[in-house]
Amino acid sequence: MKRIAGAAVMLSAGILAMALVVSMFELPPPAVRLPQMVQEKLPQSGVEHPVTAVLLNFRGYDTLLEVAVLLLALLGMLAGERPRPAAPDRAPTDPVLPGLTRFLVPLMGLTAVYLLWAGAHRPGGAFQAAAVLAAAAVLLHLTDLLPAWTSLRLRLRTGLAGGLLVFITVAAWLLGEGRLLQYPVAHAGSLILFIEVALTISLGLILAGLFLFLPDDDERRR
Amino acid sequence: MTTGMIFAGSGAILFAMGVAGVLLPTHLLRKILAFNIMGSGAFLVLVGLGQRSGEPDPVPQAMVLTGIVVAVAATALALALARRLQRLTGRMELPPEAERD
Amino acid sequence: MGILFDLLLAFALLWSAWRAIALTDPASAVVQFIVFGLLMALAWARLRAPDIALAEAAIGAGLTGALLLDGLGTLRTGQRQRDEQHGSRP
Repeated sequence: MKRIAGAAVMLSAGILAMALVVSMFELPPPAVRLPQMVQEKLPQSGVEHPVTAVLLNFRGYDTLLEVAVLLLALLGMLAGERPRPAAPDRAPTDPVLPGLTRFLVPLMGLTAVYLLWAGAHRPGGAFQAAAVLAAAAVLLHLTDLLPAWTSLRLRLRTGLAGGLLVFITVAAWLLGEGRLLQYPVAHAGSLILFIEVALTISLGLILAGLFLFLPDDDERRR
Repeated sequence: MTTGMIFAGSGAILFAMGVAGVLLPTHLLRKILAFNIMGSGAFLVLVGLGQRSGEPDPVPQAMVLTGIVVAVAATALALALARRLQRLTGRMELPPEAERD
Repeated sequence: MGILFDLLLAFALLWSAWRAIALTDPASAVVQFIVFGLLMALAWARLRAPDIALAEAAIGAGLTGALLLDGLGTLRTGQRQRDEQHGSRP
């Protein structure tokens, strides 16, 4: 019985794949030429890199909601769980690893700042910078240089929610001026940079939190 | 055959493989892996189809960028739920229909 | 030449994804998934999406891999506990 069900699922998945591929080749050409539209409006966006312009200006709503989703996921993770009581006692690791980490982490911080700055005119931006920061935090944690987060102190809470709050504040302020998230052309560049800095810190903390808040299972400490 | 279409096609196959992978195994960690592969397939379709004409389209690229970050958050949440299930039932599998309330 | 590389990469993507789904041992599946993530970063670079390639390399292969490996650790300890409690299942 189980084998028949398995074969049926495999067969349906195969048909699904075929149908998707075939329909993809029969799609009519797009009616709207999005790359040209982005290129035309790029001078008004405040940045020179199209992907950053789409992320933080043309489709700022998506990014705003995405940050909210990330915060919700972290809260959801914490809701059912007690955070790790204490860092588990591990055997001291090889001295090379902490040494290398001490050397690498400042470089990763530098990379994050560079990526954030580069986002305005070339590939890079808040998301990549935040990912690098989070990776640095995970690396520090794995080499026992950074203890797991056990409680939500005020400073940490501010950091986690700060990006979303800054974004919402800017959106609300712009709503008073005219439309939600429609930046005035003259200040668009600095507004985007301001939001991006806040987002980098918050997203980095949230992504690191997904790992550093991992609940400790009782048996792991034994 | 352009680069975009090759990867869009692979994305569609990855998506279908992910669907089978979510349905078939009982082990939750393997289901989470397959779910991630489904997501990656969808991302490839979005970006691949976006550049059928040959020029890269920044709009789907920006959406996929946010999508990847959301996917890792969803994975972390799913793993936390699986961990909780394991603590409560001692298993890393969904309980069979009969045992559900 | 470029097309050939794309086809090869697409095949490697499908193969690693298949292995990640089909391997019954979760530990090998997770390792295969990390390989899949790195190949995805390459695919993004080929699709002229360097922004996504950067994010995928740091998040898809790095963070997700770390999370899954940690999940694997929890699973192992849970498994051992279960075996001690119930004996091996029939």
